[in-house]
Parts: sequence; C-alpha cells; structure tokens
Amino acid sequence: MNFDFSEEQQMVRDSIARFVQDDYDWDTRRAIVASDTGMSDKAWQTFAELGWLSIPFAEEDGGFGGDIVDTMVIMEEIGKGLVVEPYLPTVVLFGGLIARAGNEAQRNAWIPSIIEGSTSGAFAYLERQSRFEIADCLTQAKTAGDGWVLNGEKVVVFNGANCNQMIVLARTSGEQWDRDGLSLFVVAADAEGVNRVDYPMMDGQRVANITFTDVALNADSLVGEAGTAMATVEAMIQEATIALMAEAVGCMGTLNTKTLEYTKTREQFGVAIGSFQSLQHRMVDTMMAYEQAKSLLFKVVCEYKQDPASAAASIHALKVFIDKNAKLVYGEATQMHGGMGITDELDIGHYAKRLMMINTTFGDATYHRAQYIDKAYAA
Amino acid sequence: MDIAFSPEELTFREEVRGFFDEQFDDELVSRLRGDNFKEAIVEWQQRLYKKGWIAANWPVEHGGTGWTPTQKYIYETERSERGIPGVIPFGIGMVGPMIYQFGTTEQKEKFLPGVLDSTTWWCQGYSEPGSGSDLASLKTKAELDGDHYVINGAKIWTSYAQYADWIFVLVRTSNEGKKQEGITFILVDMKTPGIKINPIISIDNEHSLNEVEFSDVRVPVENVVGEVNKGWTVAKALLAHERTGIADVAQSKRNIRLIKEAASAEMNGGKRLLDDAGFQAKVADLEIELMALEFTELRTLAAMAAGGFPGPESSLLKIKGTELQQATQELRMETAAYYQGVLPNGMDPEVLGHSWAHDAFRNYMYGRASTIYGGSNEVQKNIIAKYVLGLE
Repeated sequence: MNFDFSEEQQMVRDSIARFVQDDYDWDTRRAIVASDTGMSDKAWQTFAELGWLSIPFAEEDGGFGGDIVDTMVIMEEIGKGLVVEPYLPTVVLFGGLIARAGNEAQRNAWIPSIIEGSTSGAFAYLERQSRFEIADCLTQAKTAGDGWVLNGEKVVVFNGANCNQMIVLARTSGEQWDRDGLSLFVVAADAEGVNRVDYPMMDGQRVANITFTDVALNADSLVGEAGTAMATVEAMIQEATIALMAEAVGCMGTLNTKTLEYTKTREQFGVAIGSFQSLQHRMVDTMMAYEQAKSLLFKVVCEYKQDPASAAASIHALKVFIDKNAKLVYGEATQMHGGMGITDELDIGHYAKRLMMINTTFGDATYHRAQYIDKAYAA
Repeated sequence: MDIAFSPEELTFREEVRGFFDEQFDDELVSRLRGDNFKEAIVEWQQRLYKKGWIAANWPVEHGGTGWTPTQKYIYETERSERGIPGVIPFGIGMVGPMIYQFGTTEQKEKFLPGVLDSTTWWCQGYSEPGSGSDLASLKTKAELDGDHYVINGAKIWTSYAQYADWIFVLVRTSNEGKKQEGITFILVDMKTPGIKINPIISIDNEHSLNEVEFSDVRVPVENVVGEVNKGWTVAKALLAHERTGIADVAQSKRNIRLIKEAASAEMNGGKRLLDDAGFQAKVADLEIELMALEFTELRTLAAMAAGGFPGPESSLLKIKGTELQQATQELRMETAAYYQGVLPNGMDPEVLGHSWAHDAFRNYMYGRASTIYGGSNEVQKNIIAKYVLGLE
C-alpha cells in the first residue's frame, strides 16, 4: 500500500500548477470566459504541446499510457485553477469512448488529432426528459442503406458549442428506457442536419442543445457494436465521474486555502478575523471535509486501478460524499469572505458555481445514494 | 498510489484469520462478557503476546511487531469483523511508548516487560476534578523530600483504576513560569500507602471510572520519566498516540454490520426495517463517512510509517472517528426501538427481548465520553487551528 505519486505524476502536477500560476491568473480566466467561444485556443495548444492531452491514451494509439491516477492528478490541478478548457469532454469523454469502443480506423482517425489539439470533442447523451437516467433515450438512428439516419435532440452537451466532433448516444432498437438497443455514433458538428443552440452555464463552460434532423451517417460512424452501448457508456461515465470528483477536490482545496489566507489578513474589531474561535472551528471543519474527500477519492482511485468493476459502489459513495462536503466548503468560503464573497468580481463565487455544476453532473447525491443502496445492499 | 495486497500480505491475512479462529474461542468470548473481565482480557492479551502481536505500533527493538501500515490495516479489519476487543490502551498504547521514547535504560528494563506480557495493569492519572480540557492547569503536587517525591491531590475519570497495579501521573513540581512548565510525568505503584480509589458510576450504569486520591504518597525520584518539569512534552506525545487509536474505524464498521443484521430482522408493518428508504439512507450515509475516514486513517498510517510519530493531524482522526462512533451508536439505539431502554436488572437480556439491545445501550451511553476524553473535540479543533492551519 502506498499513496505516493510517481516522479512523472509530480512533474505533470507541477507543470499544470505552473501554467495556472503564470498563464491563467484570475483576470485571464475572466477574459477567456467572457470571450466569444468561452475558451482559449492558445491555452489548449499549450496543453497539447506540454503533452497533457496525450496522457490517458494507450501508447499504441500514440498516447502516454497513463492510468486513472494520472487523470486524477490532471483533473485536481484543473480544479485548483478553475480551468475552463474542455479537458473532460474532449479527452476523457470523447477520446475515452473512442479508446474504449472504437475500431482501429476510428482510433487512428481521432486519437492523434485529440493529442495534437485539433479535434475538440463532446459526448451528447442527455435529453430533455432523461434527468440522470442515461438509458432514457429517444434520439433514434435508423438504418439507411449501408449507413444510418439520425433524428432527435440532445441537451446540455458539454463543449457542445465549440466541439468539431461529437459522439451521440442514439437508440437503434427497443423502447424509451431499454438498456439494450443503444448505440454510439461519431457525428461531425458541421454535418448537414445538425443544429446547435449554444449557451453558457453558471460555471463558465459553454454547452449546447443540439438537434439532429435526418442526419446521414456512414456505416463507419458507428462506434462499437450496434445496440450494446450501455455497458460502454456506464463504464465511461464511472471513469469520468472519478475525473470530475478529482476536479471537485481541487476546487475545494483552493477554496480552503484562499479562505484561510483571507481570514488571516482581514481585520475587524481591530484583529484578524481568523483569531475568532467560532471561525477557527469552522475552518477546521472545512479542512477535515477536504481531507476526507481526498481520502475517499484515493480509495476510489486505488480500487478502480485494481479492477474498475469493484469500484462501482465506492464511486456512488464518493459522489454522495463530495456533494455534501463541497457544499460545506463553498458555503463557508462564501460566508467567511463576507460581502466580497457574493460579488462576481471575486473568484470564490465562481469556484462555488463550478462545484454546484459538478455536484449535478452525472447524477446528484440523491441519485447516487439510491444507486449506492442498490449496489451495497444487493451484495 | 496502490492498495493491492502483495502475496506476502495475503499470506499474513491468512495467518491472522487462522490465529483469531483458533485463539479467540467461544469460552473466552463468554468470559469477556462476565464478571471476570479483567482476567479474561489479560488472558487474551497474553495469547497475543505469545504470538508476538501485542504491540502493533511499537518498534521491533522494544518488542513491537514492526508491521507495515497495510499489515496493521489487515489486522484491524480482521479483528473488528470478529468483534474482538482491542488491547487495553493504558499500557501498550500509552505508557509503554512514553517509556521507550523518554525513559532511562533502567525504566525500560523494569517496566516494558510487564507492559508487553500484561502482568502489569496500568491506569492513567491525567484529568483532575478541577482540570479537564485545560489539562495544564493541573494542581496535583509533588514535593521533593530526599530521594522521594511526596504527592498530594486527586485524579479523576481514571478508567479501571480498581484493576490497576501502576498509574502514570502528571504532577506539578514547580509553579514558576507558564503553567505548561513545572509539570512532571511520574510512575506510581498503586500499592503505595496514601492512595484511595473512589468509584464513579457512569451513565451506562457501569463502574469503569474512578477518582484516585493521593495523600502524602511517597514515590522514588527514579520513577520520573523524562526530565523533571518537562512532563508536558511527554503528556502531549502520549495524547497524540492516544488520538490515533481513538478513531476506531474498525469498531464503527462492525457496528454498521450489526445494525444491518438487526434491521433485516426487525419488522414494521410486515416490512423489514432495512427496506425502509429513510433508514437505508441513514445507514448509507454512515457507511460512506466511514469509508472516507478509513482512508484518512490509512493515509495517516502511511505518513507515520514514513516519518515516525503522529502529528497534530491525528486530531482529525479523533474528531471524525468519535463523531462517527456516536452517530453509529445512535442509529443502533434507533434500531433497537423500545428495547434500547430495557435494563435487564440481573436477568438475561435474551429472555426480556433483544439480547443485543442492552449492548447498544451501554455502547451508546458510554460512547458519550469519546468526544470528551483524549482532549475534547473542541480542544482538538483548537489544536488543528493553531498547529495545522496556523491561526492564532
């Protein structure tokens, strides 16, 4: 048993931290979010040049051959810096699905271009009625000649506004909630019949609702076998959830650090407010929340590394735990910053909004608690 | 970052399981519940001693196991799954490490063997009637008279003083300087004239706590551990040791299992309590909290393996561990419904109703102490605020 990071992992951690410090300060980040696309192509090219986009991919696909620990390290640093560029949608989700289910031609077509920074990807899986049930899918792909015709709508597609390629979850057989009969397709964002309505989310990311009207797809757009996508998608979402929870831990750590620094310098009644015992004890609570969240993340990562299937219940547990503790951390950070904590100018509220989005992404605590109970009590 | 057990660790787990299955027998289990608790627990500890497993956290050169954090984790997991009690902490967990860390060669030779083989029962003389959380305000006085100290004062909340052969005591040897200065850590034979034990019955209706009075108790100067007037250093080191064990995640995990077992037998309107969605959510949230704490404990163990003694971070384990113990004890009481309040009054609890409900009562009631002892949780928060967060 060890909780150490390899030298390479330390280097990646340091390089992202340095990037955030030197090239991604708060004013820069604000300007990026306010820009037309809501992301920085320059920053993304830096990610490519420094090799961060290659890390989770297998060496035979041109990647670094990293594992879940590497992804955790990257996502934690992204969380610390509140980096808005679409690492999760492009590398983890789009790239991850291609790596998991794609054939050799598809892997050759997309993975090198993700790594060099030219493919920006998304995974379109949510629908207006689906809430957190991924199998609740009305978007349909019907066979047409050698290929397929896609019709339907996906909502809140992360990186949907900026992506040039997306993977769409569509029903090729069965009824609305059936787990069988779901398939994955690669669809070009500029294909005929694809219409995007893009909008920002409260955490600064750009998403889109995307409609597909008689979109013609080649036979080789199908990723994996037709009708069997659910297992792939669930496994992918598990991995992406771990990545997202690492980002949350990063956000929580930064909020605690900033709040602690603030209470040591902010004076009221002639003394630093950090000298008040009522605030001290609450900062101990948020410190413990962060350490405990990190511990549970480590547990999940270690289990997942051994055998992804064995981590299923723990991933639900982590989602429940982060939900509760992130709320504590951002709530206290906002409160202790006083009036400044509720301004748009200060970064505190933006970390809070990112954590709020993270909490609802891939299912909220209520959903995951129910899933946890199903899994834990079925055993 | 890896928790996979190596083949050696899997072999170790088999050895632990085999030892427990063979040595923690039914006869011992029933004796541990009976009136001769002391004799039974000492016998169990001596079985561990013969196996070489009595001192999991001691260095090998003093008779410890030299276990890795993973081995400790395996051992604790297997122990708690069987409901095997932990080693009584006062000797192995507290005074032993202080003697090998701060003691003289003579003290090590004289006291450590009796700690290891459980022939000496130790108790702890820290708190006083007038000083609880503010430990350094202690007033029990030791005055030099030739080659002896003469001790006068009183200690309180002394667990199992009625069984003890020796007591380690914090005494005031000087009133100069800060109150933390002038404290001395000294070992006292309970048979010394002038010691009187007054029992205290706790809210679980049991007698484990006592007040210990000292009237002109003469103790040889060679019984001082560490330097005279520097006992605060020893006291703090001991408390840090005490705190890591206090979390007792394994015990809380066992309690969750007992709750689930009981709740799958409890029926409410023809439905199992365990199938009630509200109850399930309570159990799930506790389990999840414990998962996190278990890994915080592992992280602390790993850090200790790399760097030696536990630091102020052990306060986190104490706070979270005791909070979860109490939450778990509370849910077990809820599971027992009316039976949580049944006092057997000398009868067999099994005859009256749920046999486990009185255990739940005792654990819940005595469990209120856990957020108070070892430095109250509020004091722990002060420690973290000052030494970890740097808040003054």
